[in-house]
Parts: sequence; C-alpha cells; structure tokens
Amino acid sequence: MADVKMVSLTIEGRPVTVPDGMSILEAAKTAGVLIPHYCYHPGLPVAGVCRMCLVEVEKFPKLAPACATSVGEGQVVHVHSPKALEARKGVLEFLLINHPLDCPICDQAGECELQDYTFAEGRADSRYREPKRFNPVEDFGGDVLYVQNRCILCTRCVRFMSDVAQEPVLNVSERGDRAFIGKAEGHDLTNPWAGNVVDLCPVGALLSKDFLNRARAWELDRAPTVCTGCSQGCNAVAETRDNVVVRLKPRANDQVNQYYMCEVGRQGYREFNRRDRADQPLVRRGNALAIAEWDDAIASAARALSGRRLVVLASPNLSNEALFLLERMLVAVDGAGVFRLERGVEAPLPGAPDLALRNERAANATAARLLGFTETEAVGSSLGDGDALLIVGDQLDGIGSADLDRASSIVYVGTALPASLEARAVVVLPITNIVEEEGTLTNLRGRVQRFLQAKAAPGVARPTWYVLADLLAAVGGDGRFFMPAEVFAALAATHASFAGLDYEALGLRGLPLVESGTPADTAEVTA
Amino acid sequence: MGYPHPSHPRETPILSKYFGDPEARTLSGWRARGGYEALEKALNTDPQELQTVVKDSGLRGRGGAGFPTGMKWSFMKPDGKTHYLCCNADESEPGTFKDREIMRWTPHGLVEGVALAAHTIYAQTAYIYIRGEFTEPYARVCAAVEEAYAAGILGPNAMGSGKHVDVHVHRGAGAYICGEETALMNSLEGRRGNPRIKPPFPAVAGLFGKPTTINNVETLATVPYIIKNGAEWYKQFGRPDNPKSIGTKLFSVCGNISRPGNYEVALGFPFKDFLYDLCGGPLEGREIKAVIPGGSSVPILTREEAEGAVMDYEGMVAAGTMLGSGGVIVFDDRQDMVRQIARLTRFYAHESCAQCTQCREGTAWITRIMERIRDGQGTAEDLDTLVAISDGMSGKTICVLSDSCATPVMSGLKKFRHEFEAKIAANKSVVTVPGAFRASAA
Repeated sequence: MADVKMVSLTIEGRPVTVPDGMSILEAAKTAGVLIPHYCYHPGLPVAGVCRMCLVEVEKFPKLAPACATSVGEGQVVHVHSPKALEARKGVLEFLLINHPLDCPICDQAGECELQDYTFAEGRADSRYREPKRFNPVEDFGGDVLYVQNRCILCTRCVRFMSDVAQEPVLNVSERGDRAFIGKAEGHDLTNPWAGNVVDLCPVGALLSKDFLNRARAWELDRAPTVCTGCSQGCNAVAETRDNVVVRLKPRANDQVNQYYMCEVGRQGYREFNRRDRADQPLVRRGNALAIAEWDDAIASAARALSGRRLVVLASPNLSNEALFLLERMLVAVDGAGVFRLERGVEAPLPGAPDLALRNERAANATAARLLGFTETEAVGSSLGDGDALLIVGDQLDGIGSADLDRASSIVYVGTALPASLEARAVVVLPITNIVEEEGTLTNLRGRVQRFLQAKAAPGVARPTWYVLADLLAAVGGDGRFFMPAEVFAALAATHASFAGLDYEALGLRGLPLVESGTPADTAEVTA
Repeated sequence: MGYPHPSHPRETPILSKYFGDPEARTLSGWRARGGYEALEKALNTDPQELQTVVKDSGLRGRGGAGFPTGMKWSFMKPDGKTHYLCCNADESEPGTFKDREIMRWTPHGLVEGVALAAHTIYAQTAYIYIRGEFTEPYARVCAAVEEAYAAGILGPNAMGSGKHVDVHVHRGAGAYICGEETALMNSLEGRRGNPRIKPPFPAVAGLFGKPTTINNVETLATVPYIIKNGAEWYKQFGRPDNPKSIGTKLFSVCGNISRPGNYEVALGFPFKDFLYDLCGGPLEGREIKAVIPGGSSVPILTREEAEGAVMDYEGMVAAGTMLGSGGVIVFDDRQDMVRQIARLTRFYAHESCAQCTQCREGTAWITRIMERIRDGQGTAEDLDTLVAISDGMSGKTICVLSDSCATPVMSGLKKFRHEFEAKIAANKSVVTVPGAFRASAA
C-alpha cells in the first residue's frame, strides 16, 4: 500500500493523517474520537441514513454525515461543537419519540447504542406528547425475533442480508413512520449466517431467541476465545453468567472472520455447559472406577501406558500445546498418533473474503497434521493387539466397542466419560474444556490464535496441557511446564513450522505460521 | 390557445400555444406546427455547439431548483462512456400540474426535447419517468413515442442523421419521493425509491451508475424552441433588469381563485397582475389571504407579500419564498391556515421514504401536533415544539423532503401565528399531558 495518497486534517483539534478516501468517521477513530453512529458499520456498505454522525466541517455549508464524507486535505472537523451536538441531540429525540422506554425488560439494555448515546448526548426529557406507535413482535425464523417497536430503521440487518450474506430476505417495508423491517414472503432467516443481524442491530429490535431473557448484559463476564465449530477459527467472545456460558459472540478480526460468526459456531456454547462432566480422577479398582488423587491417577495412567506400543487418539479440537505434549509423549514412548475428523457441508459467507463454515468441523486439525497425527476413520485399524490406547478429548461418537476391545489398556483424558469407556478405561483424567483453559489453536490458513479462560472448571478437573505435562513427565519425558506459554515456547523451539512465534506476541488476533504445509496468510491489511 | 381557458393577452404562450388543440397531439399535426425542425437541425449539429446555445439562452431548470440547464449539460463530455438522459415527468408537487398539460397536449414537443437533449449530452438512451397516476399523459406520450419510432424520428438512424436515439417511457407507481432525481433513478433501476447520498452526483454516477443528466418536462420541452430560434430570441423574455431569470414559465394555479388553470408568462411578471388580471382574482365577495407560489414545499406568502412579488427566481427569493415548480395555491379568507398546513404536513409524513431519522419521525410528529391543534387540543408549548422540530428537520437529511415539510409550518407559524394561538386559546378541554411528570418540571 505504498502508493496511497495521505491526507492530513484536524479532528477535534487533533491532527490526523490518513489514506485519501477514508471517511471522516474512520479517520476520527484513528484520533481516538468516536463519532456516534447507528447505520454505519465498517463491514457494510455506507447508507448514511441515521444522520447520527453529523459533524461540523469548517467551510461546509451544512453539517456533514461523517460516515459518508471523505476526508480532505486541511479539513477542520468539529465533532462536539454546539451545532453538531444540537443536531445529534435532535436525532436522538426523534429516534426516541416512538421507541418504547422498556429498557428494564429489553435484552439489549446495557449494550444498547441508543441507550449509550442518549446518556452521552441526548435530552433529559422528551417533548413528545402523542401516543407512541405500537406494532407486534414478529418471529423472523431461525434464531431471530424482531421487536418492531424498538427498531430505529438503521438498515444494518437489511444490508447484511443483501450485501454480505447475499440472500436478500430483509427489506424496508412501508414509508414514513409506518416503515418497518419486512421479511420476504415465504422466507425465514434460516441462512447459516443470519444470526449476525442480532449483533449488528444497535438496539433491541433484533434479538436472539436462544438468549432471550437469559441474562442482563451487565451481569455477564466476557473472555476472548476462538470458536471450535470448524477449522475457520472465528474469533469469539465467550460470555458467562454465574460460571455458565450463555452465548458466543463474534470478535472482530479482519484476517479471519471480519465481524461475523455462523449459527453452528454460536450454538456451540452448549457443549461448554455439559452437566455430565468428569470432575474427579478415576482409577479402576476391580470392576469399578474409583475416585483417586491426581498423583495416584497420573502414576496409574503412566503404568497403564508404559511397556507397550502406544496409540494416542487425540481430538482435533485440542490446543496446540496439548497436541505438542502428546507428540512429545509419542517421541518418549514408541507409538502412533491418530485423530478423527467430523465433516459437514461447507457454508461460505459470500460477502466476506475467505470466510466459511468449513467442512472440517474441528478447530485444530491443521496443528494435528503438522505435529504428525494421522487422520483415521476407524481407530481399530491403527490399533495392534496389545497396544495401549490413550484417548484425549475425543467424544468417541460412532466408534464400535470392537475397536476399543483390541486395546490392552485404555486411559481416557477428557471432559465427559463416554458410556463405552465406563467398563473399559483403566484411568480417567478429567480435563477442562476450551473455555476453561487458555492456549492456542491453528486454523486452516495456518493462523495461530490464542484463547483465554472464560469460566472455572468443575471439580478438580485440570487444564489439558497441565495433565498431559504431568503424564509426559511420568512416562519419562520432559514435562516440566508451569504455564501454557512455556509449552508454546517449547513447541516453537521444537517444530520448524511454529518457529519464531511468541505466545505473548500472538496477541488476541493471532499470527500466521511462518513456514508450514498450509498456505500462510501473510497479507497485511492496512485499511 | 390555452386550456381550459383561452390565452390571456398578457400571457406569452410558447409551450402552451397548442394546449387544447387536439391536432397538435399527432405527429402530422405537430410537424405542421413546425415540430421536429429543431431536432433535425440539432442532430446535424455538434453537441458542444448545442450546449453553448442552451448555456447562452440562460434557461434554468423548471422543476423547482432552477439550476442552469446549459451548465448541467456541460458536465457531460464526449468521453466515450455510456450516458443517460432522464426526463423527470413524475410531477407530484402538490399544486403543480404544468407538465401534465405539456404531456397531454404536446407530447411530441416533449419527445423532441428529450431526443434533442439526449444527443446534446452524448446519450443514446433516454428515459421518460412518468408519474403513475398520470394515465392520460402516459398514453399520450407513449403514442407520440410510437409514432416517432414509426416515422424514423427515433431509433438507430434518427431523422436520417445516423445518430442513434432511443426513448423509453417508464411509469412510476405513485410515490412523491420518486420525483427526487436520485430516488427516481433508483426506482427506474427497480430498487426502492430512496434518494441517494450525494456525492456522487448524477453527472458522475447516475442511472445504472453511468453519467446521467436529469431534466424536468418543462425544461426539455422548452429546448427545441431555443435551438430553433436561437439564444438571443429566448433572451427577450424576462425583465430587463434581471438577466438571471430568462424565458417563459408555466404556472399552475389552483385553490380559491376565479380562473384556475395553467398560465404561461415571461419571467419577471408582476404577481399581483397575475393573480388579479390573468387569474381573475378571488372568488366573488372573497379576499385572498395567503398564496403558496411555487408548490407546497416553498414558504407561504401573505396577500401583501404576494402582491408585491415578482414572478422570477430572484423576485420570489426577495419576497422570502421560492419560484419552485410554479404551482400557485391560493387561499382566501375562509380558509383555516392551521387546517391547510396540517393537510400539507400529513402529505409529507405519508410520502417520507423513511430513510433519514429526522424526516421519518419528524414529519409524523409535526403532523400529529398540527392535527391536535387543528382539532382544538393544542397547548401553548406546542408552538415552541413545532419550531424546534422544524429546526431539527431542516438541512440535515439526504434530500429536501424533510425541509419541505418544515417550510410551510415555519412560514405558517411566522405569518399566521394568530390563527394557531386562537385555536389554542379556545382549547377548554382539560388536557392531561403525558409528560407532566418530567424531571425538569419537578
């Protein structure tokens, strides 16, 4: 982007230099000034209709919409001048005349842009004395509910469906103050990406049926995570209330998922709240599994796995750190690593580059392959008679008992004990799920991304990397790790494809693998 | 001839010369009256030269804004790109019905102007966008276009000139906002008729994203006369002391007036003479109270103001209003101005495209207050609120529909405030104001 002409201007007294053609609104962001707006969204075509981002530009005859006005050399922009503030105060009053003041029962309260800007710039009272307009709530199909009374007609949802999802199901129907968001006759919001309209809606007009009345926004704790629904690796936020994940929302990353997340990913949060969790280490005593201390359980597991050929069945949803420790274990003892991969129909989001619900429905198959694990359909075919089987994180759906019966001893490291293992496992080591630990994942484009812990683990379950480090040490490997960052550092030092990567430097948006068998996305976006 | 009344001797009938003459509707009749001579001449003339003639003539847009036509056309360069000409025949401004008569009586005059303009702006294709309710004008224009194609006036070799000119007639579905030029283009493209953000202006990216010129029916119908007779000829119309307003203009007169109808006068005509001499003044025993001189979007004049006004762009601005589309609405002393203004705001509230917040909500809010005052339920605070809403609605939206709604309210409040106050004073009902327990009141 060397040839882009740069333009210098002043916004709220702060000098900024930005590429020519940028909007005043985006330029202001670089100066740390947020110009209030509703219809503008960086991922959508500019509409310029809410008129909330009106600012005063010196020498302009009228106030200018910051979203639809390009920067100009030497411009002087006043965001908080009396004239601009008065105009925005007017817009807020207009938006509120028919808007129900039902914030106490509105899901959007606490994360509502109408609420926020009204508190920041609006009038304390309304001059509206007429009855408010009333319209019924409409089910838009999919996971979306339309509360027409709260709609401010910013048309973000309409533009998302027509320009990004490219399935123009939504429209503006009627005119004047009778206008509302209409849905095409006979169509529902069943597009796999339709749920994004709920996030895009700046007010409480489009709501998730799944999240409806579940929690108030201010009661939620939030942690950055990475969706494990497929190999795209969409950046997400896990929101919890009382240690229960109540929803996943997309976290913007223009290298991976823009501002979006698919329905499969969103609904994946339920898995994190399973009630049937393994929360104590178990060791087989006679016919039954009995609760054991961690140290005893680790020692028992090491005994069960030693002295035979080892087959590791690893989940492709395990972190890079966990997979690395397993790979080390396979170096310490003779054996093979395999993983199973669920596949589904690919569902691209047409308006976003290289973004799709991928057919590989696991988050880390890339790292599993890089670290030498082989994909297999049937575990039995990789098991020889008398082999020890270490299962880590795999749910074992669809695996027949005949496959498992070939193993001489089975150690299960997982979040919930599958029924087929209750009679077969020698040791069960309970681990945390992805929102209960921290670590890194590698997506299909070779982007290594960090996720952080969002909730506490049940019982005495331990982070996967922690359990595997102990187990590695117990079988005679070098397992002295006290932080996931240390595991990652060892991974980067051991494997060329991860070379040069630093845990902290990954930040929350990740970095591409320097050299790998997968195409690295090294293109830097300077927008 | 004049229609529905005979031409007044003080009129200058150029466009309206054949109003009421059914023969002028046909191709042969139009040719017998000198029609298509200008087009033939133009098709064999370099567009640049034609642009210069129109520029020199001083013709300004007759749709309401008064933008110099020649300058608008000069934005279109011979750049080899696809250009389009749009004819705005979506005449929907309340009180305006001049284009309707042009299309009813002289459709060939319009077709000629459209074809001529298309050639002048380097366009092969022109669209005439006709208001949906105009059933007769639509039929007349369609018939004229058909005749013109059959006679080889339009088509791949227009009038044997080797130039290709296509004219398509498109019928709107009856939205006022589709008369706004960019909304018209959206509508023509099959989209919702919402005005577009400018820039880009139509001359850069208009219809189907291509450079487009859009002109009003009256403007386009005038051009052939200028090409035929020259810029100097056209300049004789107008008042000598104002070179900025040149030519004749059609005025549609309606309301409480003796002889409503269309009148064509040279710009600079005294408004008082127009109202009392040409239009016959108020009805028997009545007195004019107020006049909207240029379609419902322009400020209302009191009788005194109207009588002192001059009918051209600058004269109307001097009188505190605008020439607009030339739709003159006359109110006599029987009229309740609150009721009249409430009726206007209801129209705008109904027609707002709902894009911009101020317009969508403001037009409806103003209407509710106006109708409450009209119905004797107004309060003193309403008048301040009306001013505040109007302020908040003006100059802040994509198009000017919002301003158009605020204008009659603002000017009405300024000039007829006593009528509002009388209605409010007569409000004897106990009104429970929902906002009585406001924080500021505590």
